Amino acid sequence: MSDIKPGRLDDITLAAHFSDIAPTLAPSAALVEADRCLYCYDAPCTQACPTHIDVPAFILKIKTGNLKGAASEILSANIFGGACARVCPTDILCEGSCVRHKLDDQPVQIGALQRYATDWVYESGQPLFERKPDSGFLVAVVGAGPAGLACAHTLAREGHKVVVFDAHPKAGGLNEYGIAAYKMADDFAQKEIDYLLSIGNITVRTGMRLGANLHLPQLQQDFDAVYLAIGLGGVKTLNTEGEQLAGVLNAVDFIATIRQASQLASVPVGRNVVVIGGGNTAVDAAVQSKRLGAEHVTLVYRRGEEDMSASPEELAFARQNGIDVRLWARPNRLLGEHGQVNTIELEGTVYCDDRLLGTGTTYTLPVDMVLKAIGQAWLPLGPDGELLEMTDGKIATDDNGHTSLPGVWAGGDCSTTGQFDLTVQAVADGQRAALSIDQTLRANSRAAA
Amino acid sequence: MADLTCHFAGITAPNPFWLASAPPTDKAYNVNRAYEAGWGGVVWKTLGLDPHAVNVSSRYGATRWGGQRIAGLNNIELITDRPLAVNLAEIREVKKLWPDRALIVSLMVPCNEQDWKTILSMVEDTGADAVELNFGCPHGMSERGMGAAVGQVPEYVEMVTRWVKHYSRLPCLVKLTPNITDVRISARAAYKGGADAVSLINTINSIVAVDLDLMAPLPSVDGKGTHGGYCGPAVKPIALNMVAEIARDQETPNLPISGIGGVSTWRDAAEFMVLGAGSVQVCTAAMHYGFRIVEDMKDGLANWMDSQGYGRLDDFIGRAVPNVTDWKYLNMNYDIKAHIDQDACIQCGLCHIACEDTSHQAITREKDSKRHFEVIEENCVGCNLCMHVCPVDQCITMHRVDDGLYANWTTHPNNPAREPEQKPSAA
Repeated sequence: MSDIKPGRLDDITLAAHFSDIAPTLAPSAALVEADRCLYCYDAPCTQACPTHIDVPAFILKIKTGNLKGAASEILSANIFGGACARVCPTDILCEGSCVRHKLDDQPVQIGALQRYATDWVYESGQPLFERKPDSGFLVAVVGAGPAGLACAHTLAREGHKVVVFDAHPKAGGLNEYGIAAYKMADDFAQKEIDYLLSIGNITVRTGMRLGANLHLPQLQQDFDAVYLAIGLGGVKTLNTEGEQLAGVLNAVDFIATIRQASQLASVPVGRNVVVIGGGNTAVDAAVQSKRLGAEHVTLVYRRGEEDMSASPEELAFARQNGIDVRLWARPNRLLGEHGQVNTIELEGTVYCDDRLLGTGTTYTLPVDMVLKAIGQAWLPLGPDGELLEMTDGKIATDDNGHTSLPGVWAGGDCSTTGQFDLTVQAVADGQRAALSIDQTLRANSRAAA
Repeated sequence: MADLTCHFAGITAPNPFWLASAPPTDKAYNVNRAYEAGWGGVVWKTLGLDPHAVNVSSRYGATRWGGQRIAGLNNIELITDRPLAVNLAEIREVKKLWPDRALIVSLMVPCNEQDWKTILSMVEDTGADAVELNFGCPHGMSERGMGAAVGQVPEYVEMVTRWVKHYSRLPCLVKLTPNITDVRISARAAYKGGADAVSLINTINSIVAVDLDLMAPLPSVDGKGTHGGYCGPAVKPIALNMVAEIARDQETPNLPISGIGGVSTWRDAAEFMVLGAGSVQVCTAAMHYGFRIVEDMKDGLANWMDSQGYGRLDDFIGRAVPNVTDWKYLNMNYDIKAHIDQDACIQCGLCHIACEDTSHQAITREKDSKRHFEVIEENCVGCNLCMHVCPVDQCITMHRVDDGLYANWTTHPNNPAREPEQKPSAA
């Protein structure tokens, strides 16, 4: 008998489980931590950041009490510096390259300091950016996630007017819908977007989906440039028997439900939950299931720890939360009763000549809810999508995000630009494309004149 | 186990760690606690004539540096603000309770022979071991012609010292102000006046910080501030130099020195002592952490002495003085080069940027297009800057590369006043 239900825990417990996991540092703690920064020259942490935030520079500004300067240093390089401070896998980026690893094995807590400095902005509400004089150009951005909004903000700073279209009811993309609630507590995603939009000349139009009520040829006609940052709307399938059973969900949908729930106690969760996948989404889904009150949560990944895209710190966090992590196993089939999943059959896996093979050994686990987190996939756009050249299921672009179509750029998860499928990569893409768009528009206008 | 017994200018104490004349030695309660904690001596906070001085509220300002909350401390407190008779009675009582500890009484009265005569007989009557003449405090009292105002005039230093020696049988320490150009002049004056010892440094004239909202110096007394006396770890280098200058001055031979200025640990004390100090006086460190710090001072010094084979303080007092010399006698032939231990290097780049921007462009930042820091020996002048900025101990070390010969400035061809032939080293 399947057991999926809301309200497994009382409201007070749920509130505690979903409150900010890493609250901002106290001022004295921030100073102690800032003092640990050695102020490296040509710092490895800055090199490791896809948006190249000058980390030693902003930490020095924290030390001197120049929080406005620190925030400006961060947000000028990365307008989503607040979100990145919360969600970046710093252990494999800036903090992973901190030279203190070699000195005393403890990197400077760059993420925590970045949060400390950026929180100042959202508390004080001080404007840090100004727009250049109006250029007269109008740019369409499709997708109001980190890539799209970062692009829009940079374009606005450069003096262009921007309209941002998004299919969802709210702007924010995965920051709003796809990241664990305790990482973005207190509606931070919307606060950050409100601040970003306060620069002006950016209009957000929600409920506009490319390929449905928004079409590329029309955008090309109505706007001077188009930036596509539509993410990956689809989810990869397991291709196993029983995937259609009730209780088998996409992890991103489950996370979105939690993020959008007005009452956490209203979100249904299974008693036994199995999450399939090895990325940050899998960890977010697993830990949130547990914190919603699931009794037993198993994370199943078909390869070893070192192959996981979730960072070591994320995996450690999952284990601390009581998640049963099972490596070298994959789902063979899902079994159920009355259309409802109740058992998952897993098979051991092994590498053989660089190929992952099943060992033939199988076992079953009782399960009420299966969350699939094996990666997102390109969702076909219909005729609009066919206009674009694709590579490996993503929009093909050059280094600046320019697509095969003139006047159309793309970035973020939907494109081939980035090294990581992370917020910080999306921001880097968006900002770089914005500068390319700006240069192209101004060059064209000079040529026409 | 090393013997820490301190024999200094006719004063005997179980150890050389004394509390300087300052707020911690203001009254019997504190001094008893200090002796209980193990301090070898106490210089009682400066006495003056009645009517006693009065102090203001808000007295200290501090310098913070690199997370250290009191890297330097500045005070505007004056001498004792209690009646003379109260202090004298307490001194008598405390000395009776602690006969084995040094008890020295700091004094400050106007430059008037009768006043000195009067107060000296009162102090002598308490059974105290010695007096220390406060010719050093730079704030407040100096406006009234006392403290540093006396210390800055060698003739006054000599004159008052002479009176003190004339009217009292007690050993006399003269506490010197650093707010002068050459401390040896003050020490020579004390020496001529018959001082049994000098103690230094007193505090340095300072404004420790400015409140940018109040637009006033700190500490602020109702929106106004005044210069105060600076002390604590930040002043130690200045004090060490002044102690060494007196220790090697031929005109003040064998003048005992009580070293003061930023002594916070046994190692600081040892540094003062090898430069010629026979005892040390501590204030700021005690004010920061309490009297208990003396425990490690005694223990650490004794352990260090044991490790070096020094049985008594005299075995090492002044040991470094012969190695303090004039610049002109430094060996110009001595040549060292920095070396970076690539296994220890954490790749922070601080050595590179320090050398590149501010020194001799002698450290690379890349090798084979990779981050790599290495010394370019032909550009390295052996200045040590990279070694100091490197956060890793023993990662950058200096290695001698010269032929071991000696040549100094006195005979250098670039010296317009060079001597015709090289003289032997001052050492």
